[in-house]
Amino acid sequence: MKRCARILPVYAADTSGVCSALYELGGMTVIHDASGCNSTYTTHDEPRWYDFDSMVYISGLTETEAVMGDDQKLIDDIADAARELSPRFVAVCGAPIPMMVGTDFEAIAAAVEEETGTPAFGLNTSGMRSYLAGESEALETVAEKFCRTNVPGTKELSANLVGATPLDFSVNGSVESIRRWLADNGFGLVSCLAMGSSLDEIARAGGAHVNLVVSAGGLAAAKALRKRFGTPYVAGVPVGAAFSKLLAEELRSAAESGKSGAPCARRKNGARGGLAVVGESVFAGSLARAAELDLGEPAGVLCPLETAPELTAPGDAMIPGEEDAAERFARAGGVVADPLYRPVCPDGVPFYGLPHEAFSGRCFRKSIPNLIGKNLKRWMKR
Amino acid sequence: MLKKLGRSGGRGGPEVRIRDARFPEPFASGLEYNAPARGPWNIVHTGMLIPGAHQIFACAQGCLRGVVLTAAEMNAMDRMSWISVSESDLFDGSMERNIIDGAADILDRIDPLPPAVLLFISCIHLFAGCDFEMILGELRGRFPRVDFADCYMNPTMRKSGLTPDQLMRRQLYSLLRPRKKDEKCVNLIGNDRPTDESSELLAMIREAGFGLRDITLCGTYEDYQKMAGSAVNLTCLPAAAAAGEELERRLGQKHLYLPLSYSRQEIAENYAKLARVLGVEAPDFSGAAARAEEALGAARRVVGDAPVAIDYTATPRPLGLARLLLEHGFAVRKVYADVFSGEERADFDWLKQNAPELAVSATVRPEMRFAARVAPGEKVLAIGQKAAYFCGTGRFVNIVAGGGMYGFDGIARLAGLMADAYLREKDTRTVIQYKGLGCESCL
Repeated sequence: MKRCARILPVYAADTSGVCSALYELGGMTVIHDASGCNSTYTTHDEPRWYDFDSMVYISGLTETEAVMGDDQKLIDDIADAARELSPRFVAVCGAPIPMMVGTDFEAIAAAVEEETGTPAFGLNTSGMRSYLAGESEALETVAEKFCRTNVPGTKELSANLVGATPLDFSVNGSVESIRRWLADNGFGLVSCLAMGSSLDEIARAGGAHVNLVVSAGGLAAAKALRKRFGTPYVAGVPVGAAFSKLLAEELRSAAESGKSGAPCARRKNGARGGLAVVGESVFAGSLARAAELDLGEPAGVLCPLETAPELTAPGDAMIPGEEDAAERFARAGGVVADPLYRPVCPDGVPFYGLPHEAFSGRCFRKSIPNLIGKNLKRWMKR
Repeated sequence: MLKKLGRSGGRGGPEVRIRDARFPEPFASGLEYNAPARGPWNIVHTGMLIPGAHQIFACAQGCLRGVVLTAAEMNAMDRMSWISVSESDLFDGSMERNIIDGAADILDRIDPLPPAVLLFISCIHLFAGCDFEMILGELRGRFPRVDFADCYMNPTMRKSGLTPDQLMRRQLYSLLRPRKKDEKCVNLIGNDRPTDESSELLAMIREAGFGLRDITLCGTYEDYQKMAGSAVNLTCLPAAAAAGEELERRLGQKHLYLPLSYSRQEIAENYAKLARVLGVEAPDFSGAAARAEEALGAARRVVGDAPVAIDYTATPRPLGLARLLLEHGFAVRKVYADVFSGEERADFDWLKQNAPELAVSATVRPEMRFAARVAPGEKVLAIGQKAAYFCGTGRFVNIVAGGGMYGFDGIARLAGLMADAYLREKDTRTVIQYKGLGCESCL
């Protein structure tokens, strides 16, 4: 069975991806759901919840409202809250029941916008896909709806960071390290979608020379920015000593040539018998490439999540289920994965635990390493 | 002009004086905020009370995430499995087959088989008319040595009958098989943690020569099954009453609902009812009542006139507790509750009359996201995690669902905890993050 697991957990869902991507932008995100989505998101998927006030709510959907199709209550409730709290925008998405009854989120958003004058948009989540699908749709919408066209290009070389959320980068300083790495390599940062930048800063994203896509959830937004402003993108996370240098060169080259690329997927590869890195494809691919360069070992990606062909290298494999993971792990020379994958890694295959917030939530949050620019040898040894 | 029924036209704020509050819903419904207080138990925590039982959840990824990570944080992933539901499952006729095949696949990989499986379906299955009986029938046929319980994670139906919490507590005992009755045995049903040994309730049962069984004390699945042999089931929490009623209907065990209360009169009435069922004289509790009074007095001397706030997660009777404390001179200023239990009507009316300025605050209203969480120069004593969070205080009593305290002894113990909480501050942020108070945690 591909869609069941005896012992592995499940990745964060699309609704969490939406909330996480929009969290710092001053908007109001509403999940049309009865109860669980909000507590799951705020407990397991959102490390900023205690310290950083953000308007993320559920609608409190009931059986009667679902059966009777009472969308007006949802519209009224959102409009009341928006009038009271004055968000910069309203985003509405849904859990499984609204998907099942065919709730039209775009129409609901249009009604809210008309009633309140606040920009609003709907997102087609269902609670049945991973966080990357929700993050992707949310960031793409931000890029299309809020990035201004009349922004002059920056004089100095500059970049946007696209696809950064705590689900992939936690709050351990990794995103700040990427910002420093950009500065150290001569890039000004225009904005980060979507950690540490305001909506006003993101509105100026069109002025950057290049976009650094740091997760598969940022790819659609980067493509939207390329379409709107002609900005090229480069997919990769500056992990490892050698790969971070190479990525800086690729970024500079793309800024000059206007050509997009995915150095995270440019690997010799070696999932079979080599090091297998499990996770989101841009980060895992970057780590695999870094392992090739820092350790001189073949490495490949085992991807349990949605990705795009351009983000994968030949020999990378999808592992949609627990059995796929176990089977692939048995053939690997070593496995880098979240610690909760350990029970399906055979004895004798070296296992390197690398916690991933989108998988194990807050279980290992305190021990998520910041690998930006670090030589992997030291981390692997530890 | 026609006006839509059911809406007042204005929602009011997230806080109201009790003199102006409506019963049982003081606030209009709307969007909901989720405060970061994680102590109350959820259905996974409750399900883990059956020794050796394995839980299998069939639901969408978003719904799975919370329950699976609940188990992960409890270091109990070896007792939790899942089957995810895709959009197509709901429309192509494969819904039941996928659950059967998924559950069978999971069980085929568990050696030895668990004695019991709690199989959870979700809102979408109920909306789609899932034939759960057929699923369970086939699984029981394939795994005859495993007891299967039908369980539900259906928050969409939370206002359409039993709440998910009530339903879970009821289904928790659905695997009990009829067995010969032991007339000298009593069960405590529906609690998350053992009732304090010092309570008069337990003393009465033991002194009357009755044995006591409680799922929180069961070490093995057979211990759990022995609960079916008890003659009487006692429930004390409102969420547990449905379990007691169901067991009376199914196994013929007498059900006695003795609600957790802070009223001297109601406590005495509860004990009188219990005495009748046990066939003993109602003991004289004047000593216990006096000790409760002394403890309240001692706590009052420690807490002084410091403001006190109470929330609904600490006790199912926050208004009853507010009344008790006000009657004993405490400066109760605020009760955090989004809705009141019907059992609180008398206390609500009393407070309206005698403490009209008492504030009632919502916890889920959208404005609560921005509620001030730092008390301005005051040492606030909170009872419950949500009250502690909203009041920004480290002086709080860390309990959920009554905290296992019952009767006069419970009042005395709670008073002791209040004094202790006032004198020794806690790291609120850290303490309230642990999910399922009292459960193991990897955090």
